[in-house]
Amino acid sequence: MKLRKSAATAAAIAALALTATACGGKEGSAGDKPEGPDTKGTKALSYTVKKDVSVDSAVFKDAKKRGKLVIGAKADQPYLGFQDQSTKEYSGFDIEIAKMIAADLGFSPKQIEWKTVDSGARETTVSKGDVDFMIGTYTINDERKKQIDFVGPYYQAGASLLVRKDEKDIKGPETVRGKKVCSIVGSTPLQNIKKPKYGAKVTELSKYSECVAQMLNNQVDAVTTDDAILMGYAAQNPKKLKVVGKPFSDEPYGVGLKKGDKALQKAIADAIKAHQENGDYKKAFDATIGKSGSEYKDPPAFTDPK
Amino acid sequence: MSASVLFDAPGPKAKVRNRIYSVVGTAAVLGLLVWVVLRLNEKGEFEGALWDIFNYSGIRDNIFEALLATLKAFAFAGVLSLVFAVVLCVGRLSDHRPVRWAAVIFIDLFRSIPLLITIFALWVGIVGDMTPFWALVLGLSIYNGCVQAEVLRAGINAVPKGQREAAYALGLNKTQVMTSVLFPQAVRSMLPTIISQLVVTLKDTSLGYMILYPELLYSARLIANNTPVNGTYPFVQTVVVVGAIYIALCMALSSLATWIEKRGRRTKTGIVVAAAVEPAETPGVLDATTPLGPSAAAEPAAGAAPEAGAGGPKGGSDRPDDEPSGPVGKSN
Amino acid sequence: MNVLTDNLSLFREGFIGTVELTVVSGIIAMVLGVIIAAFRVSPVPPLRVFGTVWVNILRNTPLTLLFLVAFFILPKILFPEMDSFVLGVVALGFYTSSFIAEALRSGINTVPMGQAEAARAIGMSFTQVMRIVVLPQATRAVIAPMGSIFIALTKNSAIAGGFDNVDLFNVTKTLSNDGYDITMIFIWVTLAYLIITYAINGAFRLLEHRMEVAR
Repeated sequence: MKLRKSAATAAAIAALALTATACGGKEGSAGDKPEGPDTKGTKALSYTVKKDVSVDSAVFKDAKKRGKLVIGAKADQPYLGFQDQSTKEYSGFDIEIAKMIAADLGFSPKQIEWKTVDSGARETTVSKGDVDFMIGTYTINDERKKQIDFVGPYYQAGASLLVRKDEKDIKGPETVRGKKVCSIVGSTPLQNIKKPKYGAKVTELSKYSECVAQMLNNQVDAVTTDDAILMGYAAQNPKKLKVVGKPFSDEPYGVGLKKGDKALQKAIADAIKAHQENGDYKKAFDATIGKSGSEYKDPPAFTDPK
Repeated sequence: MSASVLFDAPGPKAKVRNRIYSVVGTAAVLGLLVWVVLRLNEKGEFEGALWDIFNYSGIRDNIFEALLATLKAFAFAGVLSLVFAVVLCVGRLSDHRPVRWAAVIFIDLFRSIPLLITIFALWVGIVGDMTPFWALVLGLSIYNGCVQAEVLRAGINAVPKGQREAAYALGLNKTQVMTSVLFPQAVRSMLPTIISQLVVTLKDTSLGYMILYPELLYSARLIANNTPVNGTYPFVQTVVVVGAIYIALCMALSSLATWIEKRGRRTKTGIVVAAAVEPAETPGVLDATTPLGPSAAAEPAAGAAPEAGAGGPKGGSDRPDDEPSGPVGKSN
Repeated sequence: MNVLTDNLSLFREGFIGTVELTVVSGIIAMVLGVIIAAFRVSPVPPLRVFGTVWVNILRNTPLTLLFLVAFFILPKILFPEMDSFVLGVVALGFYTSSFIAEALRSGINTVPMGQAEAARAIGMSFTQVMRIVVLPQATRAVIAPMGSIFIALTKNSAIAGGFDNVDLFNVTKTLSNDGYDITMIFIWVTLAYLIITYAINGAFRLLEHRMEVAR
């Protein structure tokens, strides 16, 4: 009977797929291995986990009770917040900052539960409490402050442009008029580049890495977002990509957390400041985005909390 | 082929003509395939290194975990949607007008909202805090529950009237009539359609990517985005692998449905087993009087997968597709 | 603050976006669907196989996966520099074409075979059988399922909203991100969808009615 045969074939394929995925195979991580943001680069870094920390915050107490801190992070930004799809390990500058904060709150790296959060979903995820706090190239701005609280800035980035290596026309934000520029839903550089001053045609996707893929397919001519992110992509794929122009906006990065949790906000701020002073911050920088070409600057002064 | 209703057995001239068409058709189809393969090759998509990523145990585990997440959401949503379906169907057939109306409005409303928007709204917190998993499961259950409820109702309506009357005449109360006479036969006759809708449920778990539920497609996207090989993102490769998994799963489920359909046709209960198709969507929004279900369900359906396997139109006596729309349709 | 009045232009844009996506991909789906259905009933085996494979693959693939193919593979391999709208309607149109092909084919199957046989017996050719006897009747049987398919298409177009197309889903997401209450957004968006689905439903009812008169 034809039907039974096709059912059997389908079942066989499914079974095959299952067994094939379930066992064996090469160890290690697949794909290109640029120097830097892998665990080798940051393995040397470790932070002293504080004991008996207590913060007068419901979020913190819940985290303590479950023994895990849930941190929202990006997964597709090399050198900043990147998850290797073979090892499932996260690496990057934001990840190190998160580990520092966790250490000062009394959580070892093993007690961190990472959650991948796309840019467009950050405010929702943070304000509904799916994560304890969010650290993923999160620009502090007034619009977002209406919904959530920030700690920071812990790093100052600026919007820039990523183009194909062989691109000649685009040299900076003044030269994108009429070109197709990709960025992601809900990002600040996108709002900027749309302005009549620059006059670019925009494409909105949900991940920067998809913008990069679109650019390699010649679907768009440039990707705009913060320089640190773009340099990460360029360093990951130096043969095909380059960053052009000077940063044309200020993007102060902060840690996002649920609105109104003053105690946790202060605890996170203290943690970041402490690690900036004891040199961990610079070490983490050198091991991550330092390798993708960003130059070390002293951390900006805190604006949140004042 | 000679038995087809639509054309005569080809004579010598037609045979030649058909043969020419066959050759031209084959050439065109093959040409298309070759062109695609050549283009893929030109872009270096067949390079071993790009496919090699699936040899890593990490990537395999990743896909496997994602597949489990998909199946988990599917299992929960499948069961819950059927529970919803029974509840809604009972409400829909209730003797109390308010209950009936509430069920009608609920069903028609949620069938006309895109599932993606329902899931998104649930996740953002339209009815309280919800994890991505539960938002996805609940969204799928509500939507598919509404569709399945209409399928069940169609099945109940398809049970010959005499049976219901006989049951009442024997002194059974409504609950007894429902549970011991109508429901079993409705489920039996509608099983292929129910399973086909489960295939839809399975496919729709992929909408979880929007609310960050790590199902198969979400993970596939991350793999493609995060594992460049020599500067190329392996979209083609991951889509092929993940697509094959989806197609295999769905085909396995649908062939189960068609198998049941074929089997059901052999029995003689007077109730026709519906064709294994996805039930029609939202005919008659907010309109209780529209003929929903079987007639609509049977038609688009007719012979979805089964003959597909056998290839092309079958002739004469073996045309089961006419039947379902007959008696089932009339019952409305 | 009222979500609707504050963002009227955005809502209008989203509404028009959804309608455009539905209409254009509906046309693509119709054209492809008719061709594939013709392939599936044709006397030429390779075309029948092609039609079968087409329908089975497209129907058993999640639409989101087709969107990935349209956005990240199609431009690279076949047609570079396409507009996001074009890619979106291609994905939607191809997906829906498989459902239309099936609806058409089963519509043809609902015509009692005796009629086709009788037509052949009085000497009509294949084209005549199709044009004069089978298709007019098949069309009638196909209208109701067709309406359902177009309503499903309207709803499926929401997925395009996640891929650089402005439609009602995209608007939902944007406004929710801007901090508006999801309940209100949901109510207005639902209303918008109800309008579209009602319109499609009404149009097909009308068509059905007209056809019935013609009988």
